[in-house]
Amino acid sequence: MNPADFQISIARRLKNRFVILLLIALACVALIPLIHVLHYVYAQGLPHWNLNFFTELPKPVGESGGGLGNAVVGSFFLVLVAAIVGVPVGILVGIFLSEYSRSALAGWVRTSIELLSGVPSIVLGIFAYSAIVVPIGHFSMLAGSFALAVILLPVVAKTTEEVLKLIPSHIREAGLALGIPRWKVTLRIVLIAARSGITTGVALALARVAGETAPLLFTALSSQHWPRSLLEPAASLPVQIYSFALAPFEEWNHLAWAAASVLVSLTLVTNLIMKWATRSRGESR
Amino acid sequence: MKAMTEVNSVGSARKSFDPIFERGLKFVAILVMSLLILIIFFLYQLAAPAIHEYGWGFMFKSDWNPAKLIFGAYPFIHGTLITSLFALALSVPVSIGTALFLTEIASRQVAAVIGFLVELLAAIPSVVYGLWGLTVLAPRVRVTVQPWLSEHLSFIPGFSGMPYGVGVFSASIVLAIMITPTITSIAREVFRAVPHAQREAALAIGATHSEMIWLSVVRVSWSGVFGAVVLGLGRALGETMAVTMLIGNRNEVANSLFSPAQTMASLIANEYPEATNPLHIGALAYIGLILFGISFIVQGLARRIVNRVANPSGGGA
Repeated sequence: MNPADFQISIARRLKNRFVILLLIALACVALIPLIHVLHYVYAQGLPHWNLNFFTELPKPVGESGGGLGNAVVGSFFLVLVAAIVGVPVGILVGIFLSEYSRSALAGWVRTSIELLSGVPSIVLGIFAYSAIVVPIGHFSMLAGSFALAVILLPVVAKTTEEVLKLIPSHIREAGLALGIPRWKVTLRIVLIAARSGITTGVALALARVAGETAPLLFTALSSQHWPRSLLEPAASLPVQIYSFALAPFEEWNHLAWAAASVLVSLTLVTNLIMKWATRSRGESR
Repeated sequence: MKAMTEVNSVGSARKSFDPIFERGLKFVAILVMSLLILIIFFLYQLAAPAIHEYGWGFMFKSDWNPAKLIFGAYPFIHGTLITSLFALALSVPVSIGTALFLTEIASRQVAAVIGFLVELLAAIPSVVYGLWGLTVLAPRVRVTVQPWLSEHLSFIPGFSGMPYGVGVFSASIVLAIMITPTITSIAREVFRAVPHAQREAALAIGATHSEMIWLSVVRVSWSGVFGAVVLGLGRALGETMAVTMLIGNRNEVANSLFSPAQTMASLIANEYPEATNPLHIGALAYIGLILFGISFIVQGLARRIVNRVANPSGGGA
């Protein structure tokens, strides 16, 4: 046989070149919006970053200056309360899914966790409204935190399960062989060994939840004042971005962009730190 | 011998907490499982007035007038499906292409960086996309994109209409950006699950790089890719804030790609905070229940497919 028979025809070679370039181009297309959004948010938001943004209340229409201090504090407490409820429960469910995965119940729980993470956040807002706002009789930070906790829970459970499954089983067996009871092996050895992975997952989940807007619209609502109680409505950064973006006052638009850049920085910094902290694990996902 | 029994008895005394621990975990897990039922229950409770008033026909009525207490969900179901499907049409080629680039072309380091950047797309809050879309995208659609498209593609129905900037088109573009990371990451998992021997086999019989990608990666991954796309659809259906800010909020059936419309989620976001009449709240909660049902079915289906393909041993994706 002539070696020339094995040569790849020009048409096939061109087609190959074309497909490879096309795939590279598509990957670039996917990144254009990211770069544009990040660039634009910082170009618009950074000029309005100052101390007042974090320490002052929004000024009435027509006055210049003012900040979104109440929304910063409000967002912080909304996420904090959601974390206090959602994170421990999520971790416990994750432990159950990983360490007792052979029980029939685990399969059901895993499915419901997946479905729960797919429930649109606006629907969870109605849920929190119905479960908390209606019985209490008015909008409250608590209702907002409750909705956020329900969003947080499946994410934390899922990551915990995945991280715990990466812990080699001989570590569990070593603990059990020493006569340590199973609950202690789980909590004091397996969970501790997995703590960096769980921390990463929780941090990313919290950063995501901090940007959630839809479930807060009719639970925590909004407020002109500093948050004082869990049972009162509270301002939050995402809801303020929404209402100030649509407001016809330039000063408020500036605050919206500043708030957007603060939120984006929060997720950006969290993602970067967590990527850096877990870099040694490399391409396991 | 005596020492041994002592050790054993100490062990069993300590172990007696084990069943309690397991039962506690089970209790929490069941509690979380029942959340889904609670969500349905509480939504139903609010929606009951509207459900009793309209029944199933609610989904096919197209009048919505809170002032006169006339409610029908059809325009919003239509708006949700149109924006989501158009977003899918825009996002699927880009997402699948990106996933193929990451698994088949890029080196490990490049794939790690680009993959991380694509994941960042998912980390940007929806409301920020809305703000960006409102100030950057919508004006451009109004001034540049739409006039061009209606001039050159006006023979296709759906490309005509007044240039508002906000509407189905702008909302779909932002939606497409937001679901791209979801589809990309799942498709990436699916492609990665293809055994290496299969790629080597294609190359060994003389396939070019692109032919190898087609023969041994894409062709065996249809069902997984389909799952990834359906999962992206599930994300798109429930997406609220960016759509609310960009869709133009008109409670009518959209007759053009550029006309303002309303999705189920954006309607709830718009009207729920101000709704006071129980029938109005009920109708909105009913729409929430429909949205819950649709995304429940779509996501459940997608998860089944994806879990089977990307993770044949069972367990989560």
